Amino acid sequence: MIQNQQWLLSLGVFLPLVGVAVMLFIPKSDESTVKGVAVLTAAATLAVGIYTMVQFDWDKAGSLQFFTTNKWITPIKATYTIGLDGISLPLYVLSMIITLLVMIYSWDHVPSPGNPKAFFILMLVLQTGMAGTFVAQDLILFFVFFEVVLLPMYFMIGVWGGENRQYASLKFFLYTMFGSALMLVSFIALFVVTKNNAADPDAANFSFQWFMENGAGVAKNTAIWIFAGMFIGFAVKVPMFPFHTWLPDAHTQAPTQGSVILAAILLKLGTYGFVRIAIPFLPQAAVKWAPVIAVLAVIGIIYGALGCLAQTDMKRLIAFSSVAHMGFVMLGISTLTTLGINAALFGMVAHGLITGMLFFIAGSVKERYHTLEIKRLRGMLLQMPKMGWILGFSAMASLGLPGLAGFWGEFPALLASWNPLNGADLPFGGLSLTLFRVLTIIAALGTVLAAAYLLWLYQRTAFGEPSAEFAGLGADGHAAHGHDAHGHGAADHGDADSDGHADHGDHEPIHDVNKFEWVAWTPLLIAIVVFGVVPQLMFKVIDPGVTELVKVFGGK
Amino acid sequence: MLASLLAAVGDFTPPTVDFHALAPEIVLAVGLVVVLLVDLFVADHRRWITGTLAGFFMLGAVLPVVTLAVIGGDVRDALGDGRYVVDNFSLVLKALFLLAGYVVVLLSTNEMEEGGYYQGEYYVLLLSSVLGMVMLTSSRDLISVFVALEFLSIPAYMMAAWKKRDRKSNEAGVKYYLLGVFASAVLLYGFSLLYGLANSTKLVDIAGVITLEGDKVGVQVLAVAFAIIGFAFKISAVPFHTWAPDTYEGAPLPVTAFLSVASKAAGFVGLIALVYLTFPAAEEVYRPFLWVLAAATMTMGNLVALKQKNVVRLLAYSSISQGGFILMPLAMAGTGDAAGPALRAVMTYLVIYAATNLGAFAIIIAVTRKTRSGDISSFGGLFSYAPGVTVMMTIFLASLAGIPPLGGWYAKFGAFRAVVDAGGGWGYSIAVIGAINAVIATAYYIMLMREMWMKPVPDGDTTPIKVQAPVMAALAITGVCTVLFGVLPGLVSKFGDITDLAGAFGL
Repeated sequence: MIQNQQWLLSLGVFLPLVGVAVMLFIPKSDESTVKGVAVLTAAATLAVGIYTMVQFDWDKAGSLQFFTTNKWITPIKATYTIGLDGISLPLYVLSMIITLLVMIYSWDHVPSPGNPKAFFILMLVLQTGMAGTFVAQDLILFFVFFEVVLLPMYFMIGVWGGENRQYASLKFFLYTMFGSALMLVSFIALFVVTKNNAADPDAANFSFQWFMENGAGVAKNTAIWIFAGMFIGFAVKVPMFPFHTWLPDAHTQAPTQGSVILAAILLKLGTYGFVRIAIPFLPQAAVKWAPVIAVLAVIGIIYGALGCLAQTDMKRLIAFSSVAHMGFVMLGISTLTTLGINAALFGMVAHGLITGMLFFIAGSVKERYHTLEIKRLRGMLLQMPKMGWILGFSAMASLGLPGLAGFWGEFPALLASWNPLNGADLPFGGLSLTLFRVLTIIAALGTVLAAAYLLWLYQRTAFGEPSAEFAGLGADGHAAHGHDAHGHGAADHGDADSDGHADHGDHEPIHDVNKFEWVAWTPLLIAIVVFGVVPQLMFKVIDPGVTELVKVFGGK
Repeated sequence: MLASLLAAVGDFTPPTVDFHALAPEIVLAVGLVVVLLVDLFVADHRRWITGTLAGFFMLGAVLPVVTLAVIGGDVRDALGDGRYVVDNFSLVLKALFLLAGYVVVLLSTNEMEEGGYYQGEYYVLLLSSVLGMVMLTSSRDLISVFVALEFLSIPAYMMAAWKKRDRKSNEAGVKYYLLGVFASAVLLYGFSLLYGLANSTKLVDIAGVITLEGDKVGVQVLAVAFAIIGFAFKISAVPFHTWAPDTYEGAPLPVTAFLSVASKAAGFVGLIALVYLTFPAAEEVYRPFLWVLAAATMTMGNLVALKQKNVVRLLAYSSISQGGFILMPLAMAGTGDAAGPALRAVMTYLVIYAATNLGAFAIIIAVTRKTRSGDISSFGGLFSYAPGVTVMMTIFLASLAGIPPLGGWYAKFGAFRAVVDAGGGWGYSIAVIGAINAVIATAYYIMLMREMWMKPVPDGDTTPIKVQAPVMAALAITGVCTVLFGVLPGLVSKFGDITDLAGAFGL
């Protein structure tokens, strides 16, 4: 580990809180100052993040940099230890980018019931929790940051969410809380067990390093139980089948900003936990658990895809697609190979960019049409050509089209699961080749389903003529034409008809992508292309860390 | 002169009294008398002076606690025979009780003045009760433990019934009194057995006898069980909790805050004295006993709390379940090498819980002053017209739920750590029960948060809440502590080192 510029990561993590402190003193009514300070803070934080990237020694991406360790809670041997390596770096910076973009998007999209001050403060607190989780190198510190995100997200969904927000937010909260309670117990158990095993129990502490060195020595049966606790904690967060049921509700009800942050970053806390904590600390248990994880992951892929095909709501569909995509990530992780975990980490970032983008679009569509019901949306390409094309682009990226970022998460994961960690002579044994190959084939079918549901979604929402109820609202000639052609057809839509007319008066003309949306979306769109064309940019950073990590299994 | 007379009668040697060690008690006793006298001579509209004085003496008594802590070093034996001891353990708890007492004074100020209650008498009783608690922390003898316990309980019975024209408050007082006295009787019976076995009232002497060996095992088991039951009432452990919700609901709110924090902590101090000093060797008896109490207390407290419609009753059941979490490490204190972590966990929990729960009550006092209702629904939409109060309450509730980075998480962490440290079937099973309960508990805390943040204002009355200055001060103290203990738990976890208590063994 490299102990340079030790202040840098702390600054990046806690800077948002400084912004929060400033914002507390700004009156609620002064909305533009509130927003300004918040965006400025997020921008400053991202600047710190970019500076971190510049200072990062790319040739030593496998070892921890900017490493700091300080006393924190001495009596329980917890330390304030933070560091950044190639595994954390992409997620750390991604969290900063997403927060800033979400804030820019929020500038003129503060969801009902308003109160931008509270809304922006919550986003900044979230940012601290997310960034902190990715740099923590101490189990207790990790846990604290992991939990910090809980309440802000709960309030974000519960206060600014849709119709059914209270139910959704409670479900989100209780599921996550349940997972983390068991996770905490297993963290403590792991500490106590390693301490009792150690030659020098006094040296025991909660730093990752301690567990990396001592975790493998835990008796296999004990390790399997401890892993189970962590598994539930992280799997709820990912979310893996069958712990995923909170996700569609939370995503559907959350405000756009909440959905984007949730999809882009919060879900990654779970997968990151697997890569960083559960698997390297307890390799002997990981080998035993890997088939279970793989099977659940593949169930998630198929189940998520089938779920998507059944959805009538665009946002809910995207939420279910998250279950499927995170299934690929987990499949990659479960192979316990360099290739698989690389793919998983790439998939995490790619999913963050792409699904984040899709949720942005869903939010903007909802804002314009006041509905996300797929059957009421038609002809987006005619009414809002730019939005329609962006949706198409994102859908293509999401289904894993080669040349866009999504591909590099899925395809190598499938490759890796064809050749999982194998060989009986490995220190902790290998994985069943047959099982994983069967799973690969099923998962490959999942990619076909993904193409089906995404293209079908695109076809239904973007193609054709705008539906009658929205036809007259277009800003340009196309929409007016649509109105003429289908004005009579409105009578056919018995159920939509009355709604349509009731809403009609409230609708503002439907306009295409506005400037805040352009600013917020362009970086994501560019990143999707760049990482799709030059995946090496990311793999180069991730790979050394993963190689280091996988050494523990003795495989390739 | 008395001493010399006595000396003439027999071979009585006057004890060497360490006045510095006794200074907190002396300050409180003086304060008690001063408040009583002042109350006689001030005009009705100046009765608030008594409250100010009471607060002043509470803080005044903290001073010697601080000087004693700074001087540190040896265990001070205040009366020269090891029956009344001032060590780090007792100093931490003394400070806790005095500061909690001070916050209760702050909470009471407006309530007492506006409610037309007897003020002077109230503060006298409050001071006596705190004095009893302060004495309990140092008591190392059955007699002084019992006297201190009664000293802290009897004023509390009266304070619970302080709204004397309110039937519920009367009910609160009577229920608390009857059950409290019953518990005292049970406790006293246990103590009499202990004394009968050991032929001494000194706790360390008793520890040498209660070994669960020899031909009097049956009596020993009985004595241990009765002593524990006596304190189980005090900490409202299930199934001895039935008084708590009614008493909490009926009593004036500051008194409820006092009972749910200080009085409960005092019960735990008593239990610590029993488990660590009186019968440490009787682990085979107290472990299953406390284990069952802990599991039942947190589970029952939580499940019933889920159904509450009144915010004070909600906090009453929440405090019952929190008591279960504090019992959890205590049950495992004698197992493995958990003695140290368990004691530390209990102490830490008590300190953090005190700050958090007092804060929550401060908010309830501020809010009900406006809404005049204890219904949970009266908190609806609080966020829209009182964001500051809402955020503070959210902090307290999140801390009670154990969500980092607020104090409560560390308290829960310590408790889990201690029982996992103890290990074995008992330890791991209670840890899992605790983990599940921690999740159930969040459900009702979240319910209240949801009310404040997401529900509409019930009657559309959005006049802002004006928080009185003393309540604001109480909020500041408790709020800062709640956050600080969560972010830098090292501050509080210094307390309760096993060696602090170990000094008492040697005497």
